[in-house]
Amino acid sequence: MSLVFDIALVAGLIALALHVVVTRDGRGAILAFIAFGLLLGIGWARLASVDVALTETAIGGGLTGMLLLRAHAHLAREIAPEAMVRAEPRRWLAPAIACGLVTLALGAIVLAFPRPAPSLAHQAIASLETTGLGNPVTAVLLAYRAIDTLLEKIVLILALVGVWSLSRDAAWGGASQLRPAIIPEPLVFLARVLPPFGVLIAVYQVWVGADLPGGTFQAGTILAAMALLVMLAGLRPAPPTQARALRLMLAGGPALFVLVGFLGVAVAQGFLSYPEAIAKPLIVGIEAALTLSIAGTLALLVAGPPDRAPAP
Amino acid sequence: MMGLTDAFTLVCVVAGALLFLAGTVGLLRFPDTLSRLHALSKADNLGLGLIVLGLLPQQASPMGGVKLVCIWLLAQLSAATASQLIAGIAARRKPQA
Amino acid sequence: MPESLTLTALFVLLASAAGLAIVLRSAIAIEKLMAVQLLGTGGAATLLLLGAATAQPALADVALLLVLLSAFSCAAFTLGESEPPQAATKPDEPA
Repeated sequence: MSLVFDIALVAGLIALALHVVVTRDGRGAILAFIAFGLLLGIGWARLASVDVALTETAIGGGLTGMLLLRAHAHLAREIAPEAMVRAEPRRWLAPAIACGLVTLALGAIVLAFPRPAPSLAHQAIASLETTGLGNPVTAVLLAYRAIDTLLEKIVLILALVGVWSLSRDAAWGGASQLRPAIIPEPLVFLARVLPPFGVLIAVYQVWVGADLPGGTFQAGTILAAMALLVMLAGLRPAPPTQARALRLMLAGGPALFVLVGFLGVAVAQGFLSYPEAIAKPLIVGIEAALTLSIAGTLALLVAGPPDRAPAP
Repeated sequence: MMGLTDAFTLVCVVAGALLFLAGTVGLLRFPDTLSRLHALSKADNLGLGLIVLGLLPQQASPMGGVKLVCIWLLAQLSAATASQLIAGIAARRKPQA
Repeated sequence: MPESLTLTALFVLLASAAGLAIVLRSAIAIEKLMAVQLLGTGGAATLLLLGAATAQPALADVALLLVLLSAFSCAAFTLGESEPPQAATKPDEPA
């Protein structure tokens, strides 16, 4: 019976993906893509990768959709609708062939995987108790392969710097404008009611992430979504990007991570190794700081480059 | 031999699933946007509620049950507000519907 | 019991997928937004059923996120909604 379920799920995913590619209407495609993200979350849950399912739901079903909707709204303002009509066949033919080839190659690679797949899962679980954690995914992310996670967070900050650098000179250090042209009343209500639940769920995700599926990235994404909702409804303006507190929050997570990393050189076996006795408190502390950094970075990435001059 | 709790679960869960089907049928049959929205949100929220109710006896811990009820309450709140939002945009968009 | 719960999950998934096909093919743009809401509730129900069928309580967390983020995405749709050209919109829409 679960095989039938999986086949139905995969068929739905493929049909929805094709719909996203084929549909002509831009916003319709974005909405279908959001739906695809939500459905893909169920797919990851079926694969028993609950951590990935949580991330996919939060990113694919939430933030990416808003990013695309914002980009589309921006384009629709700048470009006349006639300029957005369909391209003639020779302009989409080459990309279509290229995408098809990539899909085929990926399919071939997946089919050529060795069986049984090489796995480090046993080692990961065997050394779990030295970290004091219960969730092997968190152990991989914050202990075994902490350097990857650290670099990822720095890449996020670099991406944000890239987005900010797109602002006009006059607006540098200012805030971005997120409010839509109309703010329906239910939106304001939603922005008042949903964030308390979102913050609670985010805190829960960080806390439970040490032992069960969940973690910093999911929690940060939820917090970012809630902050964006508040800005969208105009309840609070987007913060000026030159604010010192904001920049401290953005840099705080990676900075603490690096600091603990160098402490590891002094008191443990090397860079980014934790003393075994306090490994878990250290990891949870880093996670908390990282969550705030990720939340701020993602929210500001979606909010876009500042376009209002800072207050003098 | 099926226990009483299992029978309760099955009845509730199947009723909930049928409500989801009713929502889909409503999407197919109802004439305009607002009534289709009505079909979708009412049927789906009641369906989710019945499924949560049915799954309550299957939970290993009481906290799991509390979480399920919280999910349903959050769905009630957020889905109802989102429906208002959609309905507001629809009404603003096109007076011909 | 797990078998019948999985069967119900399949049923809910199929009902949601059928609804998804209907709203995504609709000519009215705003109806496509219902797809997000549909998967929020239907997906949550599917995940809860699956979680009970396979004894994975963590799936309830994914269901929680589906519900939360689908409402968020509906809210994000107001981006790019512009004032209608004619100012004849009545503010007293049914609330």
